[in-house]
Amino acid sequence: MSANPHTAHHDEHGGVHISLRGYLTGFVLSVILTAIPFWLVMSGVIGNKSATAIVVMIFAGVQIVVHMIYFLHMTSSAEEGWSMLALIFTLVVLGIALSGSLWVMYHLNVNMMPVHDMRQLP
Amino acid sequence: MTAPVATPLAAEPVFYLADEHAHAEGHSTMLGFWIYLMSDCLIFAILFATFGVLGGNYAAGPAPKDLFDLSLVAVNTGMLLMSSITYGFGMLQMQQGKVFGTQFWLLVTAVFGMCFIGIELYEFSHMIHEGATPQRSAFLSSFFTLVGTHGLHVTFGLVWLFTLVVQLGIKGLTSANRRRVMCLSMFWHFLDVVWIGVFTFVYLLGMLR
Repeated sequence: MSANPHTAHHDEHGGVHISLRGYLTGFVLSVILTAIPFWLVMSGVIGNKSATAIVVMIFAGVQIVVHMIYFLHMTSSAEEGWSMLALIFTLVVLGIALSGSLWVMYHLNVNMMPVHDMRQLP
Repeated sequence: MTAPVATPLAAEPVFYLADEHAHAEGHSTMLGFWIYLMSDCLIFAILFATFGVLGGNYAAGPAPKDLFDLSLVAVNTGMLLMSSITYGFGMLQMQQGKVFGTQFWLLVTAVFGMCFIGIELYEFSHMIHEGATPQRSAFLSSFFTLVGTHGLHVTFGLVWLFTLVVQLGIKGLTSANRRRVMCLSMFWHFLDVVWIGVFTFVYLLGMLR
């Protein structure tokens, strides 16, 4: 906790530095990071579908980080680190929920599938 | 801010603040709002997980390829991205203490937000008209739930935006109003982050399936 009440009061903006340059940088990066995956999928430049999917997901991940930094002004020091802690906690829960659901349900689907190909049935 | 009062006579360690020091009103609002957003993020995580599990179950109905128009989604994404930057301009105007400028950019943001909602509703009505209703298949149920929840968030964000513009007009840039503008900024940008997930996992990866 800061000893000086004045610095605490100046943190009304959450201690972040809002600048035109920051917003414009974030915007330009977002446009690029949005346009490329759309172009990749719409034109099908990469022949392989799973390769395209991986590239698209990487772009999404990078764009989320860009938004976090330039638009949400996320820093490790915001709110004395509590914002980052809450974010990390959420990401951990999110990772468990997503990967767990997909993993379990995928295996359930695989094991419940009819063994025979339906088309071969009389 | 008072330092913990440790009486040297007793020489006992003090583990708590002897007296509650005053906090400025709303000093913890931003953190509290951030934690709300994180809880909202978990709602979306569950909806994404549901879509991930059910997204391939078409029940012999229409698949993403038959339904989605990527150029429309690209336009929609552009709308949301534009609204993000215009909100940023509003924040900059607020930082300079300009009430009118803040209101102006908030209204521009609202216009882009309404375009987004309009295009999304058009897309939904088009799909429903083609028989791709939420009842049709597990894929469509999870699709409408996920994308609809996001759209509902944007709608309520718009309600908040208009309310804030009126409040700014009446009270000006008071510290309470500044706080509200900053909270809505977080809310709005957060919805844009969620949309990145939606257009990637639902639309782009859906077309690749």
